[in-house]
Amino acid sequence: MKTVAEFTIPYLQRLDEHGTATSALPDFAADPEQLQAMYRLMTLCRIFDTKAINLQRTGQLGTYAPCTGHEATHVGVGAAMRSEDVLFPVYREYGTQIWRGVTLAEIFTYWAGDERGSDFAGPREDFPLCVPIGSQMPQAAGAAMAFHIRKQPRCAVGFIGDGGTSQGAFYEAMNLAGAHALPIVFVIVNNGWAISLPVDKQTGAATLAQKGIAAGIPGLQVDGNDVIAVREVMESALERARNGQGPTVIEALTYRLSDHTTADDASRYRAAEDLAAAWKLEPLLRLRHYLAGLGHWDEAREKALRADCATQVDAAVKIYQGTPKPSTDAMFDHLFATLPADTQAQREAARRYAQPDTH
Amino acid sequence: MPKITLVEAINMAQGWELAHDPDVVLLGEDIGVNGGVFRATAGLQQRFGKLRVQDTPLAEGMIAGMAVGMAAQGMKPVAEIQFMGFLYPAIDQIANHMARLRNRTRGRLTCPVVIRMPHGGGIHAPEHHSESLEVLLCHHAGLRVVCPSSPARAYGLLLAAIRDPDPVIFLEPTRLYRIAKQEVEDDGRALPLDACHTLREGDDVTVVSWGAMTHDTMRAAELLAREKISCEVIDLTSLSPIDHDGILASLSQTGRLVIVHEAARNCGLGAEIAATVAERALYDLHAPIRRVTGYDTVMPYFRLENDYIPSVARIADGIRETVQA
Repeated sequence: MKTVAEFTIPYLQRLDEHGTATSALPDFAADPEQLQAMYRLMTLCRIFDTKAINLQRTGQLGTYAPCTGHEATHVGVGAAMRSEDVLFPVYREYGTQIWRGVTLAEIFTYWAGDERGSDFAGPREDFPLCVPIGSQMPQAAGAAMAFHIRKQPRCAVGFIGDGGTSQGAFYEAMNLAGAHALPIVFVIVNNGWAISLPVDKQTGAATLAQKGIAAGIPGLQVDGNDVIAVREVMESALERARNGQGPTVIEALTYRLSDHTTADDASRYRAAEDLAAAWKLEPLLRLRHYLAGLGHWDEAREKALRADCATQVDAAVKIYQGTPKPSTDAMFDHLFATLPADTQAQREAARRYAQPDTH
Repeated sequence: MPKITLVEAINMAQGWELAHDPDVVLLGEDIGVNGGVFRATAGLQQRFGKLRVQDTPLAEGMIAGMAVGMAAQGMKPVAEIQFMGFLYPAIDQIANHMARLRNRTRGRLTCPVVIRMPHGGGIHAPEHHSESLEVLLCHHAGLRVVCPSSPARAYGLLLAAIRDPDPVIFLEPTRLYRIAKQEVEDDGRALPLDACHTLREGDDVTVVSWGAMTHDTMRAAELLAREKISCEVIDLTSLSPIDHDGILASLSQTGRLVIVHEAARNCGLGAEIAATVAERALYDLHAPIRRVTGYDTVMPYFRLENDYIPSVARIADGIRETVQA
């Protein structure tokens, strides 16, 4: 037998968990302002997350999917994208969304049970959060097909979790993208856990990046807690896609430091020592150490940043909590461009039975 | 006898059947170590092992498809779909294969499968976690669809579903999972499938409902009793096949019919019940049939879900108008 094809899965890390550069950094990292901007948003995400969990615990927010631990992956992807690209998130990629102009108040509004949180004032073409696992991926490939047909230099970016890579829709989307060399990047956020199922029970594959290989798409791994490496591989993948060289599969290795959602209790299925070990690799501290080592960050700036983030989050809380419950018409008004006559009668009837706002 | 919730009854029935039938295997996402997101399988993997209570990869179509393959080998898979909104990828396997395998092979291969899933809203859940999609399943010949409304009925019907030689979809009313406790004996006794149940006897009007809506319907009936309106409340229980004879027997006494369901009105199960009554008992009717249902909208995210789900006031108004018509 002869070998007819061989494949490799490269792995990239730039900053280790201590904030030490393990290899030559990309050009953008020479500009401290760029790194500080990413650090600021990662910190905002962490503070937003803590607040959202507290609001849920005190009955002021619905079930919420935290992002703690994923900040470098989310922010690194956002920082690499252009505004004209289109994002297809799962349901915890707040760092990417906020970078692209989604507001904290919109994210709160969504998790407070109100679809108005998906009517983004900023990125009008970005898709809303996607709860049915994996179903966003063929849609992302479809957007990429539209860019391809219209010869637009734009890219679709589809996020998916490690669990989502078991869904047929994920393979179908990659197959289409590979067949047509579509301008799309598949970002697999491998945080180790699909609710309670660890990734080694999810798949027998050594990496999730290799799932792209069968679709003719190069796959690579990146340290998902290293925002510099994430942004670097993402920028290369987007450049490839924009240049007509086709899709890329990026597997970002990170860890879900929170419960799956506020409705979950990870202590039922996850060892405390594994979680403690994962905290040592978390993404914020390494970037802070790196910046501090170069004299581009210090305690005073950290304190000021945290205060500013808290102020931003509190302002967003005020906005969503001050937003009155939608009227019953909201159930009907966006079903169609023109509501059918029979349903118009139901809209009238619904007003008579409007329930009080209990939130 | 212990007093248990509906979700505990579901757990107990699965435990009984795992202990008494070696062919029974539970499948689903997060059902093993985690015990299910609603705890419907809590403790069962510890008792019966990782092969008989399996945490599957995250793929609903795969879960339904593997259940078909296992069942055709004579096993009795009991699969959980975590939320009804995640059912759609499994519909291909359920409709094209599970429901049809007996027919396609002239009885050579069969599918004694149970697919369990939460049904309906009212618990402030995220998007896609609160759907009432029973008609998607009822429309397919070859499937039974049942929906219990109490712990005792959940226990007995789930045992019957697992023992049935054909596929049974088992819809679990989400907002009833923990709402009330009832004494349920863990005696392995199944209840009959295919039958409706009378929850309250009355003379003026027959009110048919199922799942969580039976509780709101009963509250409306209590309210109306004070106005001297006597409601006969029927828990449909078996959504496919429908026990039309049971409904018609009640209707022959009351002459009035109201159907209450949480799912959207358009092509809802209420239409099927109303059409059958029109075909078989039109001349028994003293008033037009009325449906009180969810609106023909998307199930709204939770801030509006209680505006969508028929309220006790809406149900009571529907019954009043029917009685006064």
